[in-house]
Amino acid sequence: MEKLTMAKALNRGMRRALQADPKVLLAGEDIGKLGGVFRVTEGLQAEFGENRVIDSPLAESGIVGTAIGLAMRGYRTVMEIQFDGFVYPAFSQIVSQLARMHGRTGGKVPMPVVIRIPYGGGIGSIEHHSESPEAYFAHTPGLKVVTPSNPNDAYWMIQQSIRSDDPVIFLEPKRRYQTKGGVDFESRPAPLHSASIARYGTDATLLAYGPTVPTCLEAADIAAEEGRSLEVVDLRTLSPIDWVTLMNSVSRTKRAIVVHEAHLSLGMGSEIAARLHEELFYVMESPVLRVTGYDMPYPPARVEHQYLPGVDRILDAVDKSLAY
Amino acid sequence: MLGQSDDMVQLLTPDGRRVDHPEFTFRGTTDDLLRSLRDMWLGRRFDVEAIALQRHGELGMWPPQLGQEAAQIGAARAIRDGDHVFPSYREHSMALALGVPMQQILGFFRGTDAGIWEMNDKFRTYALVIGVQTLHAVGYAMGLQFDGLVGNDDESTNSGVMVFHGDGASSQGDVNEAYVFAASYNAPVVFFCQNNQWAISEPITLQSRIPLYERARGFGFPGIQVDGNDVLAVQAVSEWAMDRARRGDGPTFIEAYTYRMGAHTTADDPTKYRARDEEEAWRGRDPINRLVAHLRDIDAIDDAHLKALEEEADELGVRTRASIKELTDRTMDELFAGVYAEPTVALEAQRRQFKEFADSFEED
Repeated sequence: MEKLTMAKALNRGMRRALQADPKVLLAGEDIGKLGGVFRVTEGLQAEFGENRVIDSPLAESGIVGTAIGLAMRGYRTVMEIQFDGFVYPAFSQIVSQLARMHGRTGGKVPMPVVIRIPYGGGIGSIEHHSESPEAYFAHTPGLKVVTPSNPNDAYWMIQQSIRSDDPVIFLEPKRRYQTKGGVDFESRPAPLHSASIARYGTDATLLAYGPTVPTCLEAADIAAEEGRSLEVVDLRTLSPIDWVTLMNSVSRTKRAIVVHEAHLSLGMGSEIAARLHEELFYVMESPVLRVTGYDMPYPPARVEHQYLPGVDRILDAVDKSLAY
Repeated sequence: MLGQSDDMVQLLTPDGRRVDHPEFTFRGTTDDLLRSLRDMWLGRRFDVEAIALQRHGELGMWPPQLGQEAAQIGAARAIRDGDHVFPSYREHSMALALGVPMQQILGFFRGTDAGIWEMNDKFRTYALVIGVQTLHAVGYAMGLQFDGLVGNDDESTNSGVMVFHGDGASSQGDVNEAYVFAASYNAPVVFFCQNNQWAISEPITLQSRIPLYERARGFGFPGIQVDGNDVLAVQAVSEWAMDRARRGDGPTFIEAYTYRMGAHTTADDPTKYRARDEEEAWRGRDPINRLVAHLRDIDAIDDAHLKALEEEADELGVRTRASIKELTDRTMDELFAGVYAEPTVALEAQRRQFKEFADSFEED
């Protein structure tokens, strides 16, 4: 199996989508000659031309708004928002227009639009470059929200998102861009809106997505040395959530800990905890715990390690869960 | 008038006298004018009927368009097959003139439809969030370019986009971004701004300290002010701008200088913020009276013609009132189904829950 970084895997996936369908366009700031600030679109404008890989003016709402118009014309635009913290100027177009268009036109105007957003912290960057805005989008009916945690998923999920007739918020864990992993170009991928078991275990389930999946796998390795068997579920899809896979896992382990970088209150963990309690109240041995960022604006880089859910905080939560 | 330019294109004075303009000539026929008179007349009646329906509790709200008929119908004359119009939410005369069934407009304001579910291939859906549609229009226009439908030697294969917004929208970020994108990509789009002087209670002076059309130059494309109550001038300027778009010459900004004679919506009360003599002054510039005076001058119409028009308007009124009763509510099933193109297991579960709950009452 060829080993690629996640950035390269995304590049290959988009390249394949551009080859497969002449209606696929890429748009965003600096995605052309520069190849994006993370080089995810490197070389694509040279290969497909300026009319298919489009450098946009510096206006996020404009990028999303014009992609909506292009979708009305039958184009599938994959746009790049340069950083998570810069998506908010486009929030109105995403939430009040993109998400609603299919419904308000009685299904006559689908919106096959993908919004790629590098997200999350841990790269020592400055203000507005380390946010985790997923809950805003997952809260909005009409949008779908997915996030890969490894290069193979990145390669396939970006293509599946582009083929989707619904708007997809595609969150890319930027601190994992340069992590290498095997990419299987041949095997049929799992459905886009399915979770996967990243590691099997019996004592408790860690529920994670995007950047925290590798952190949870590391925590599970350490726990194993102490004789504890942790299962790690990679959610992959945040809207809709693959409840069957989550509940099957938690039904077996009877304990669940949600791990994400985003703020605690009303985050993905809140919804997951609520649903697991509703459905598995008599099955679980302990309440669902959450290991997340705190309810503060993302901190300055020098202290971000204290804010981010790391291995120690995860293992501490495992201890609490098992002590119930 | 404040913000009115000496260069404003006018081909018909407020009292209906035909005048020339050095750059713009009316290329339409008398038949065009008769058609415009009919569209304006029926558009006005439709609007009056809708206001009455709102007062009877049949519509949740209605944004009246009284006074803006010439701006819309003059623009409609410049739209041909293959062109696309992105409205704001007050373009009722335009919608009817471009063949949108009245039920679809009424359903939106009655609350039977969440949006406007089905327009036709010329006229997209109303947009209530101020200015958002300008970006959709520019994206759509870029799509026309990519599809090879702009700037062809065979002029008949070319298409363009016209998007409506108001004076208030000119302050919105989205609208300014739309100007930037349109200019950068030389998109085949005409920004048609109905400057009706008031954004609810806020006068145009709060949005702009210069005439709006002058802003276009700063974005890198021509802006032109036209007497929005002069249907001949609006048609002439709109045809010129749409030709430019289709030819591949890029965007144009048209400021149709007009006046919102009525309230912003049926929930508004203009007596709280504007003077009655201002309204009276604009009453003297009424777009329909002006065209009638001109058509009488050239002996194109007589009393019998107007009487026939009024009878047709009466029929339209009857149809408007009847069509309200024909509208049916959307079902929860339809609304659940509309959220996604590709249904999700999670939402299907909610649909089932709703159905089970609703059915539990029917069994009693």
